[in-house]
Amino acid sequence: MTGDFERVDVRIAEPEVDRAPVSATLRLEGAVKEASDTCRARMFVLAIAFCAAFVVVGGRLVEVMAMQASDGPMAQSTVTAPLGRADIVDRNGLLLATNLPTASLYAEPRRIIDPDEAADRLIAVLPELDREDLVAKLSTDRGFVWVQRNLTPRQQADIHVLGIPGIAFMREERRVYPQGNLTAHVVGFTDIDRQGLAGIEAHFNRDLQSRAAEDDAPLELSIDLRFQQIVREELAATIEKFSAIGGAGLILDVNTGEVVAMVSLPDFDANRPTEGDPEARFNRATLGVYEIGSIFKVFTAAMALDAGVVNMSSGYDASNPIQIARFTIRDYKPKNRWLSLPEILVYSSNIGAAKMALDVGAEGQQEFLRRIRLLSETQVEVPERGRPMIPSPWREINTMTIGFGHGLAVTPVQAAAAFAAMVNGGILYQPTLLRWNSDLPPPGVQVIEQETSDQIRLLTHLVVLYGSGRNAQVPGYLIGGKTGTAEKLDSRGGYAEDRLLSSFMGAFPIDDPRYVIMLMVDEPQGIPETYGYATAGWTAAPAAGRIIARIGPLAGIAPRNNRLPELPPAEGDADEQLEAILAAFAAR
Amino acid sequence: MTTFARTDRSVLGRWWWTVDRWTLAAVITLMLSGVVLIMAASPPVAERIGADAFHFVRRHFVFLVPAVGLLLAVSLLSPRGVRRAAVAIFVLSVVMLVVTPIIGNEIKGARRWISIGAFSLQASEFVKPAFAVVAAWLFSEAKRTPGFPGYWVSAFLAAMVAGLLIWQPDFGMTVTVLTIWGGQLFLAGLPLIFVVGLGLLAVGGVIGAYLLLPHVTERIDGFLNPETADTFQVDTAIRAFEAGGLFGRGPGEGVIKSILPDAHSDFVFAVAGEEFGLFACLLLLGLFAFIALHGFNRMSQEKDLFVMLAVAGLLIQFSVQAIINMGVSLHLLPSKGMTLPFISYGGSSLISVAICVGFILALTRRRPEQGRSA
Repeated sequence: MTGDFERVDVRIAEPEVDRAPVSATLRLEGAVKEASDTCRARMFVLAIAFCAAFVVVGGRLVEVMAMQASDGPMAQSTVTAPLGRADIVDRNGLLLATNLPTASLYAEPRRIIDPDEAADRLIAVLPELDREDLVAKLSTDRGFVWVQRNLTPRQQADIHVLGIPGIAFMREERRVYPQGNLTAHVVGFTDIDRQGLAGIEAHFNRDLQSRAAEDDAPLELSIDLRFQQIVREELAATIEKFSAIGGAGLILDVNTGEVVAMVSLPDFDANRPTEGDPEARFNRATLGVYEIGSIFKVFTAAMALDAGVVNMSSGYDASNPIQIARFTIRDYKPKNRWLSLPEILVYSSNIGAAKMALDVGAEGQQEFLRRIRLLSETQVEVPERGRPMIPSPWREINTMTIGFGHGLAVTPVQAAAAFAAMVNGGILYQPTLLRWNSDLPPPGVQVIEQETSDQIRLLTHLVVLYGSGRNAQVPGYLIGGKTGTAEKLDSRGGYAEDRLLSSFMGAFPIDDPRYVIMLMVDEPQGIPETYGYATAGWTAAPAAGRIIARIGPLAGIAPRNNRLPELPPAEGDADEQLEAILAAFAAR
Repeated sequence: MTTFARTDRSVLGRWWWTVDRWTLAAVITLMLSGVVLIMAASPPVAERIGADAFHFVRRHFVFLVPAVGLLLAVSLLSPRGVRRAAVAIFVLSVVMLVVTPIIGNEIKGARRWISIGAFSLQASEFVKPAFAVVAAWLFSEAKRTPGFPGYWVSAFLAAMVAGLLIWQPDFGMTVTVLTIWGGQLFLAGLPLIFVVGLGLLAVGGVIGAYLLLPHVTERIDGFLNPETADTFQVDTAIRAFEAGGLFGRGPGEGVIKSILPDAHSDFVFAVAGEEFGLFACLLLLGLFAFIALHGFNRMSQEKDLFVMLAVAGLLIQFSVQAIINMGVSLHLLPSKGMTLPFISYGGSSLISVAICVGFILALTRRRPEQGRSA
């Protein structure tokens, strides 16, 4: 069988030998031989090129793993003096992370006379140690092994009294998080060598070490522990009430981008990060990406208003569902008639939002979403940063569904930052977890016009007065916002009707916004009190209202009214009131 | 190990005495390392998607057994058998490439997989080794039979496959296929002036892809300008390497691997770095380099043009895939979905590299008849 190939040659060449002049065959054979020689020579060049590529990869390996290893965790576990680490505090100076001096127990196995005896005596004090493992460790002839890190003072005293030769203590510091679960997702945690593994601890790992070496000034975060506590409490209560699997809550300062509260539930105790469900370490606020549903209609409205495609009294025909490809776009609560822009938001019309997005066009929509940074990675100071899931290709159907918040998944923190720009006069600030220590505003980008932003404030206020955001109303506070209820993707890529993501995004006071609040409840289940509904208007919106009522006084926002004074006076039922407002818009 | 007597003239006996045992040994070492690394890397990923911890390990074994069988069976083929098998695989996989974008499953924005029962098949993996052999045949036939338009046919096939791959879109595979074709064209004696021209064309192609294909733009921007893009995966991989240091944290001790999204597939090399350290990584790199360079070296004694071109094409595929995968996880190259041969989890990729190496072993077997004619 190995000869098969040669026969191919022969079959081609032989008939020619009979008829053609000998020189032709020779020329042909010569050409093939020449080609083989060229091939061989060039193969050498190719081999050298690959050799070079492999050497480059090898060089990079050495660079990454050997050169930088000196400040990696491996080198930290040697006897050299550990680096210090600065404290982390909230915006009011309250401790979020600090260090406690402890003693750690190590052995010099070379100097241990009887490993068995030493092990027995140590285990009498530290019963959690595994005897076999310990004997094996102590029987080596290494110069240094850890026995137990971070002893309690009592354990240290007891072992000290034993007086085992070859056993000694090393003074160490241990990272402690006095707030436990409360800021776990923000602050993150370190490994036993106090190298940041998650959150602020990881992002500012080097910075925290060099601060400690310089002036030991704590790292000041933008978080306000009081706000953080309120958001966590209300969110946890909502999750429990509706048997949800988790949630996220955010409060941003609309004029600086500072994240004043950031909660992701379930959470974990930062002092014991490896215990419990690993799922609890997932930061829904910054790493999770979600289709947040109708909240996007606010972005679509701002985009269309800014592009001049619509105004406050124009609108779209929403009498029939839209058929496109194999999809049907219909309204959740159909009105089956023409709807004006304010009505599209108040009644949360998918048809209206889809048509509005289509009028702006895919390119305009992409450009706008890119401008408000919903198409690029979240920018915030933790390593757990999510990247939006963007449809590719971006077809007409995607333009329409993204118009009402389906088909584009973003992180809550980037959505909240974009929403802040919609209501603060149109300036987008990068969300930050660091306190902004200046009276000047941070650098921001004007993403929509001031006038558009004013209109959006009014529109979101109407949603809270007459639309699905009604349950967020709180006496004395002017609120604007929008709910979003999205069906989550199931494992097969379709939408699951029974697995909802219910969110509320709002701003207050809506006449001159100070804070944006976003609440997201993951898979809430309907309860009798809400007539079986688990939509955002029944879950996230009321919780947001309760949070606003509690943080308003802390932020020094005096209760006034819950209806913008420029609106016509409230007379008659809700429909009549809204009609009067729409008539006022049309008259302008 | 049971061996065969020199005089054994059975199929297996001849195979044992003619096959390139060094390459075979290197490949087996790679496969074993792959098993160890999948056990280390995949449980956190499996837990993240809600499967049980050994989900990927089990599936890796399910593919590994047929892959080994296929590799050995393919290596028994004669050069002519290799050519026939390659043509058949090529035609089949082109047909699958045509239907994939229509009936395939969309995963992360691209349609690359066809579901067959419980498994999904990635046609683009199979087209690569088949294309390398088919193109080698066309080139060598063009030299042997004047007037045979081998260059043009191969160029047409390369363009067609590249077009189908971009349609999916799968930029990484496109680059691999075009690199194979370009490399073989270079070896087949393309005048140097065209080599330069082709090089410029390749640069132009990359720039064109950057300008025209949005997901390529994004990846390359992210590489050049890490501040603005999604570098979570690559950053995490680099942290894993750094954490590994010289000797690694030890098997099963990896921490960073648990937050690395594609730890079991595209970024398995980073897990090797974290748990087993620099020396193990260099060893893996050395195995890939050995297979490539040993193969090229063995070809320097080869006389048959088809065999030379085919083996070179297959070696290019194998090495380019390894270099790109390792380069990406070390942030030397922009992020691109490419598996590490024999190491990464992935059924299609495993079967495909088994075919690729099977072809190499079949073609590099010593053929005693070879000396008689050139």
